[in-house]
Amino acid sequence: MLSTFQYPKFDYVRPPEIAEARDGHYPVVIVGAGPVGLTAAIDLAQQGQRVLLLDNDDTVSIGSRGVCYAKRTLEVLDRLGCAEEMVQKGVSWNVGRTFFREEEVFNFNLCPEPDHHRPGMINLQQYYLEDDLIKRARLLPNLEIRFRNNVIGVTPDAEKATLRVETPDGAYTLSADWLIVADGARSPIRTMLGLDIDGKIFMDRFLIADVVMKAEFPTERWFWFDPPFHRNQSVLLHRQADNVFRIDFQLGWNVDPEEEKKPENVIPRIKAMLGDDREFELEWVSVYTFQCRRMNRFNHGRVLFVGDAAHQVSPFGARGANSGIQDTDNLVWKLKLVMDGKAPATLLDTYSDERCYAADENIMNSTRSTDFITPKSAVSKTFRNAVLGLAEQFPFARALVNSGRLSVPSFLADSRLNTADSDVFAGNMIPGAPMDDAPVAMADGTQWLLGAAGNCFQLLHYIPDAGALDAASAQALRSLIDAPIPVEAIVVAERGTAPAGLKTLIDAKGRVRERYDLREGTSYLVRPDQHVAARWRALDLAQVRAAVARATCNA
Amino acid sequence: MALNTQPNLHEPGKRHFRAFSPGDDFYEALIATHRDLTDEQSAMVNARLILLLANHIGDISVLREAMQIAREGA
Ligand SMILES: Cc1cc2nc3c(=O)[nH]c(=O)nc-3n(C[C@H](O)[C@H](O)[C@H](O)COP(=O)(O)OP(=O)(O)OC[C@H]3O[C@@H](n4cnc5c(N)ncnc54)[C@H](O)[C@@H]3O)c2cc1C
Repeated sequence: MLSTFQYPKFDYVRPPEIAEARDGHYPVVIVGAGPVGLTAAIDLAQQGQRVLLLDNDDTVSIGSRGVCYAKRTLEVLDRLGCAEEMVQKGVSWNVGRTFFREEEVFNFNLCPEPDHHRPGMINLQQYYLEDDLIKRARLLPNLEIRFRNNVIGVTPDAEKATLRVETPDGAYTLSADWLIVADGARSPIRTMLGLDIDGKIFMDRFLIADVVMKAEFPTERWFWFDPPFHRNQSVLLHRQADNVFRIDFQLGWNVDPEEEKKPENVIPRIKAMLGDDREFELEWVSVYTFQCRRMNRFNHGRVLFVGDAAHQVSPFGARGANSGIQDTDNLVWKLKLVMDGKAPATLLDTYSDERCYAADENIMNSTRSTDFITPKSAVSKTFRNAVLGLAEQFPFARALVNSGRLSVPSFLADSRLNTADSDVFAGNMIPGAPMDDAPVAMADGTQWLLGAAGNCFQLLHYIPDAGALDAASAQALRSLIDAPIPVEAIVVAERGTAPAGLKTLIDAKGRVRERYDLREGTSYLVRPDQHVAARWRALDLAQVRAAVARATCNA
Repeated sequence: MALNTQPNLHEPGKRHFRAFSPGDDFYEALIATHRDLTDEQSAMVNARLILLLANHIGDISVLREAMQIAREGA
């Protein structure tokens, strides 16, 4: 099996602690080189932080797991300098089709709004995602990855966490000022520390098959409720890279997973779906069950949980890796400020608060999808089928069909890091909002707003003609960079060039003005993770400084 | 007034950032209303619900249109 992908084998290197028979100490150690640990490591290293990443394996994710990576994930990966390869390799799609029994009932477009850089979703096998992340990580000299380094003990105290690590050459000890735990759903470290994770298991099993075939299926997501080839259950079809198609068959609870996995049982299911004449090759088969649960909080002193270790969702809606990558997007800038002594450790409480809020939203959405796809009672099934029956003809019912609400970022509207609006704005870019993208033009060649945003605090200041910015405002904007927590000012304009020392961002299609409801003088303070922190109709340095203090728990 | 078959769900005082959210909020509440009921109890809940909503809508011509569409799919 698996003819389309060659698993890399990463070298194990004898750690210096063993070679030199000493204990190690590092400012930050990350455990787990899955998609989430890798993005955390890359982000920190890119911020200039030395990082040690430990993983007990020596290759990427095996078999068929994550498929869909959402627009927001791609935007984060753009900030980390590695989305382009994935978008090239992956399959971009926006259209989803829904079938009920014999009929297509409707289709939807994920990204009906034009002028965004990244598509609603790409499909890409998780091993490619991880392979690209590892390639990116290896370009960063201050990021060390140690494969086949298995963490077997963790002892946290007030100043650090001490780890016991097992390798092919024996065990060693190291300590870290900060420990990021990205060791996956089973999280051995969570167990070692005796921390709880609460939620529920869904009583259902799914068979997933990766099939290689040359098929003229368009690059769309197809979802069947109760199809003739798999009665009373659901089926999902996705195209991935290399002509690999991923098929998910719902099996129900009372089946024997070992029996179901046998090719002689899988192949007839696929033939029933694709027809007898279609040639295909089976690359991967597995059966999975799932749960929705999260830890009570994600930060425990010096130990910070991210990704599946902190929360798990059902796969409907593709929120696993997507939300884990957003965890790191939220955590890394905060941790860096704390490590640099520029923000108090309470800033990390807001990591937990904001990402617990997002995890709850993800769990809610994927639970709702699961309940629609696999109704738990007769009346629930009747309603489900009534919705599907009405959906073909009536738009209101289409809106209720829920075969997975695909991963979108949370609006952190209630975050204590936000400064509440004191002026009136239209649109969705409220404090706490994940920034909307838009096409722009900049002297350095940047073509998208989100390509210009992120990595530090920024102030976007709008004036129709950048050249008309008065000297006092220009001086005020420039002065924002000279602070313990610097703010980079960007002049957003229709035309012109801002005075020396200020970046100009031309709103190429007027979308920035439209999406952010800009008027002359409007200023947006945005966080390093591309979320709105505050906004005003006029520039006032004292207000900007106060909002930065608030967004960093320095108020 | 004709029967409105466009998406129309909303909740006063609640801001929805995603088009799917109001419908999903409603659907979850609907299914939750039936939690732990027997089929017979559920049928009674549905009947009561229809009567309450019908009175709220008031316009019998709208109700006739809805009843006809509903019956076609039985
Ligand atoms: C069928 C299926 C479909 C899915 N579809 C999607 C999808 O479409 N989109 C999406 O976003 N997500 C999807 N997911 C979820 C996605 O696969 C996970 O959310 C994602 O892998 C979580 O990443 P992670 O880095 O947190 O953990 P993992 O990927 O589990 O990585 C954990 C890493 O930690 C290492 N490790 C564990 N213990 C130790 C230790 N003691 N010492 C050292 N290293 C250790 C492991 O070797 C591993 O490399 C799907 C999952 C499944 C099962």
